[in-house]
Amino acid sequence: MSVRHALLALLSEGPKYGLQLRQEFEARTGEVWPLNVGQVYTTLQRLERDGLVESDGADDESPQKGFRITAAGDEELVGWLHTPGDIGAPPRDELVIKVLIALTLPDLDVQDVIQVHRRHLIESMQQYTRLKADAEDDVSLALVIDAELFRLDAAVRWLDTAASRAKRRTRTSGGRPAPRSARAARSVEAAR
Amino acid sequence: MTAILELRKVSKTYGEGAAEVHALVDVDLAVGDGELVAIMGPSGSGKSTLLTMAGTLEEPSGGEVLIGGVATAGMSRNDRARIRRRSVGYVFQDFNLLAGLTAAENVALPLELDGVSAKTAHRAALSAMRQLDIEAKADRFPDELSGGERQRAAIARSIVGDRNLLLADEPTGALDSVNGEAVMRMLRNACQAGIAGVIVTHDAQLASWADRVVFLRDGRIVDQTAPPLEPESLLVPRT
Repeated sequence: MSVRHALLALLSEGPKYGLQLRQEFEARTGEVWPLNVGQVYTTLQRLERDGLVESDGADDESPQKGFRITAAGDEELVGWLHTPGDIGAPPRDELVIKVLIALTLPDLDVQDVIQVHRRHLIESMQQYTRLKADAEDDVSLALVIDAELFRLDAAVRWLDTAASRAKRRTRTSGGRPAPRSARAARSVEAAR
Repeated sequence: MTAILELRKVSKTYGEGAAEVHALVDVDLAVGDGELVAIMGPSGSGKSTLLTMAGTLEEPSGGEVLIGGVATAGMSRNDRARIRRRSVGYVFQDFNLLAGLTAAENVALPLELDGVSAKTAHRAALSAMRQLDIEAKADRFPDELSGGERQRAAIARSIVGDRNLLLADEPTGALDSVNGEAVMRMLRNACQAGIAGVIVTHDAQLASWADRVVFLRDGRIVDQTAPPLEPESLLVPRT
């Protein structure tokens, strides 16, 4: 999981203390993606070095040190969410993370994020299908391509479901996701 | 490439007041001869409405639909009906073959309805069926054909004669994936022979047979796929 971008996502909601960031990170994702606590502080230092967050200059190790996101940090976060990943590797985990984070950001249209990934997946599927179309009698090639197509298709279907859930949530609650219970999170983790 | 089908700022609104539904909003779409376009979108996004507008089965509330470069808005009902009979072919999810007619008679029907002699229509039907490799089943009745054969006959009917626009709503119906793929291969070949095709589907694997995939959301076109890249790079081993 990209701790770096998860922290940027939390800071995009407003300035926060280091301790608060650690707690919120764990509350929202820690049950599913366990995190080494030291990672939070190392990552914050790197984000500050790269100009993506600013701190109030308090003692480096103090839990009361405050952080806020910079304009460059905002840009980095939105850019990352919209960037298609390497779909050569199993694409779902990265997709799941990006869509989950996009859902928590109030000013971001999660449907737009989903569409970027959907288009990218379908463009790949078109390329594979063209290859299959040109090699009608090659059963082995067709089978290899089918395997890729079904894998990509599963990710597209997951995105469709995510889009539909997100739309329903917007209609019914008009707001943020309900806090996920630790128990539900643990069963997700156990299932992985 | 000439645009066979062109939608310019097409909108469609159903109902009034509080019950008003904007099924399509300012849709611009041009499909050229030889091009197969797939329309994707969730339920209620306007996919089927777009297809009925394209087939002049309904009039848009705003904007215009051109078929073969001719605006359909000012036409009489008869002229529009003639365009539908002569230029536009439809493929439906459930095939819609008439049970009392043989496969060839079903395929020839749109031509006969248009006043073409039975003999000429039959010849054209056999030619379309040959393209779809189903000529041998010309004298069979629909209930003597498999699902895949029925859908091939339905596609033959949609391209018979000089039709240049093919509209298909979930054209593979309940066929399994290999038969569904065969149907898409045929639609693609029919389009490459000089027909403009538009298919509506929620299935990404079927849509990936199209040259272009257009995405609808809440009645608007929100995105479309980029022109194809060379496919050779796909099967290079990953590092």
